Amino acid sequence: MDMSRLRKLNDYCWTAPLTPGEERGPVLLYGSEPLLVSMDDKVLEQITNVARLPGLVGAAMTMPDAHWGYGFPIGGVAAFDADQGGIISAGGVGFDISCGIRTLRSNLMLHEVDGKLGALADALYHRIPAGVGEEGELKLSTAELDAVLLEGAEWAVRHGYGDPEDLEYIEERGRMGGAHPESVSDLAKQRQRGEMGTLGSGNHYLEVQVVDRIHDAQAATAYGLQKGQLVITIHCGSRGLGHQIGTEYLLSLAKAGGRLGITLPERELACAPIHSPEGQQYIGAMNAAINVALANREMLTQLTREVFGRIFPDSRLELLYDVSHNTCKAESHKVDGVERKLWVHRKGATRAFGPGHSALPERYQAVGQPVIIGGSMGTGSYILAGMAESEERAFSSASHGAGRAMSRHQALKQWHGRELIDELAGRGVLIRTRSMRGAAEEAPGAYKDVDLVAEATEKAGLARRVVFLRPKVCIKG
Amino acid sequence: MTVFSYFDHDADIGVIGRGRTLEESFEGAAAGTFAIMADPAQVQTACSVRFDFEEEDLELALVTWLNTLLAEAGTHGLILGRFRLVRDNSHWQGEAWGEPWREDMDRGVEVKGATLTMLRVAQGPEGFEARCVVDV
Repeated sequence: MDMSRLRKLNDYCWTAPLTPGEERGPVLLYGSEPLLVSMDDKVLEQITNVARLPGLVGAAMTMPDAHWGYGFPIGGVAAFDADQGGIISAGGVGFDISCGIRTLRSNLMLHEVDGKLGALADALYHRIPAGVGEEGELKLSTAELDAVLLEGAEWAVRHGYGDPEDLEYIEERGRMGGAHPESVSDLAKQRQRGEMGTLGSGNHYLEVQVVDRIHDAQAATAYGLQKGQLVITIHCGSRGLGHQIGTEYLLSLAKAGGRLGITLPERELACAPIHSPEGQQYIGAMNAAINVALANREMLTQLTREVFGRIFPDSRLELLYDVSHNTCKAESHKVDGVERKLWVHRKGATRAFGPGHSALPERYQAVGQPVIIGGSMGTGSYILAGMAESEERAFSSASHGAGRAMSRHQALKQWHGRELIDELAGRGVLIRTRSMRGAAEEAPGAYKDVDLVAEATEKAGLARRVVFLRPKVCIKG
Repeated sequence: MTVFSYFDHDADIGVIGRGRTLEESFEGAAAGTFAIMADPAQVQTACSVRFDFEEEDLELALVTWLNTLLAEAGTHGLILGRFRLVRDNSHWQGEAWGEPWREDMDRGVEVKGATLTMLRVAQGPEGFEARCVVDV
C-alpha cells in the first residue's frame, strides 16, 4: 500500500485524509506499518468507496488482516444508521454469507492421542464431506429447509445434530431472528438440498489443533483451555444457498441502485436503504442464510463428535464459541456517548464483544467474547478475547484470519499440492484433501504472518491474545 | 474454440475468456471458471443443461451467464466442461455439457459465484475479451 496516502494516528491505526473536493466519511486502517505496507492499494480504494455510502456512522475501517476483496475489502467493517438513510450492501456481506468459525475444546491432551493422529485424520477425512462436488447424507425437502432457514442451529440440535448446550455458545444463541424464507428463491433452496453438513472448499477446513502457548491465563481458564489440550476448529459457511442469495441480490441491487436514488462508487457495493422494500427483502434472505451456516457448522460438529467417539470412546467435545464473518447485523453501540441502533457490516471480520456484554454467555462475561483468528494450515491460529475498547474503536470488531498475502494464481505457480502436504507431514501436520490444487492455493506462505496479525489486533485495542493453537490435522475442502 | 486465462486477485481468481465473437469469449470465461473446479480434460459430456435469460447490459450478461451455469451445476451435482451461448439482442440461450462428479476425478476449488469486480467485456483487434473476478 502507498503509505504516503495515509496519516499515522498511532502505531496501529492510520487514516486516509480527505483530498481537496473529496466527499466521504472517515476511513481508519488498523494494523502495524509492515502489515499495511504489504497490503494492495486496492484495500484503501475499496474502503474509501465504502466511506462514500449513505448513512455511514463513524469511520469505514479495515482490520489488520485486510486484503483486496470485491465491493468491501476482506476485513472491512462499516456501520450504518437506518434512520439517516443508511444502507445494507450485498457486496458488504459477500457470497458466502455467515462464513464463520467455531472451536470445540476436547478433554484430550496431545500426549494421549499422539499415536492415533493418523487414524483420526483418515476417519475425519472419510466422515466429513469436503471439497467441490461432495454432498452430505441429509437431503432436505423444501419444507424442511424452510425450517432450517428459520431456526438455524436450533433445528440441527432438534434433529439430533449437536447438543442443546451448544446453543449457548453460538452468536444469537444459534438462531438468527428476522429470517424470511420467502425472500429466498427456489433456486437457492434447490442448491442447498444436498449441501447440509458439508465443509465446502477453498479456505474452508476442519483442523485438530493443540494449545501451544498461553498468553492470558485468566481468559484461558474461563475458556476451559490449558497447554497441551486438543481443540477442533471448523471453518465454513452457508454453502450453495448463501452463494445463490449473494449472486441474485448482488445483481438485483446493483440494477436497482439508480431507482433507489443511490449513486454507487462501484457496482459491487450493490446496496439498498435499510428502510426500503429491497433492503428488507435482502435482510430477510441474509438472515435465513445465516441460519443455514449456523446449522451447517452444528451438523459438522456432530459428525466430528461421532468420529472422536469411535476412536477415543471417553472423549468429550464442548463448543467453545461460534462466530460468523460475513454478516450485517443490527446492534446497539454507543456513539459519542449515545446508544444507537446500527447495522454493522463485517466482511471477513469477527464480532468481538468485550467483558460484560449482554449477548455473551455467563461463562465469558468476565473476560469477553472468544475471537478466533484462523491461520494457515501450516502455521497456527489464535483465540483472543474481545475488549471493551473495541466498541469505541471498531464497533466491537476484530480480525478473522491471517489474510492472504499472495493471490491463488501466484500460489499455484510457487507450490505443488503433493510436495506441500509431504513437507507439512514432516513438520507434524497431517493434511487430508481431495484437491491438490486447493492445498497449493492454501500454502502457508500465501498468507500473512498470523503472529503479526494477532499482535496488531491486540495492540490496536480490538481483541487481546489468549492462546496460540498449533495445527496437527487439517481436513481441507 | 474456447480460450481462457487468469489474472491475479488477492482473495479470489480473475478469469478471462477470449473469442472471435462475443459469445465465444463468454464460453471461454465459462470454461475458465469450471477449469478451476476440475481438469477439463477429465470431464465427459454425458449430459447437458439448457437455459435462457434476458439481459441488455453485456457485462451483467457475463455475470448472469456464469452464475446461471454455477447454479445449474450446483443444483444437479454436475461438473461442466463444454459450453455454447447464442445471443439474440437481449435474449441469451445457453447450453452446457458435463457429467455428475465422479469419485476418481481430481478436484479443484469450488467457485461460489461470479462477481462484478474487474468486470469488463470489450472488443479489440484480436476479437472479444470477457473478464471478471470469481469468488472461491
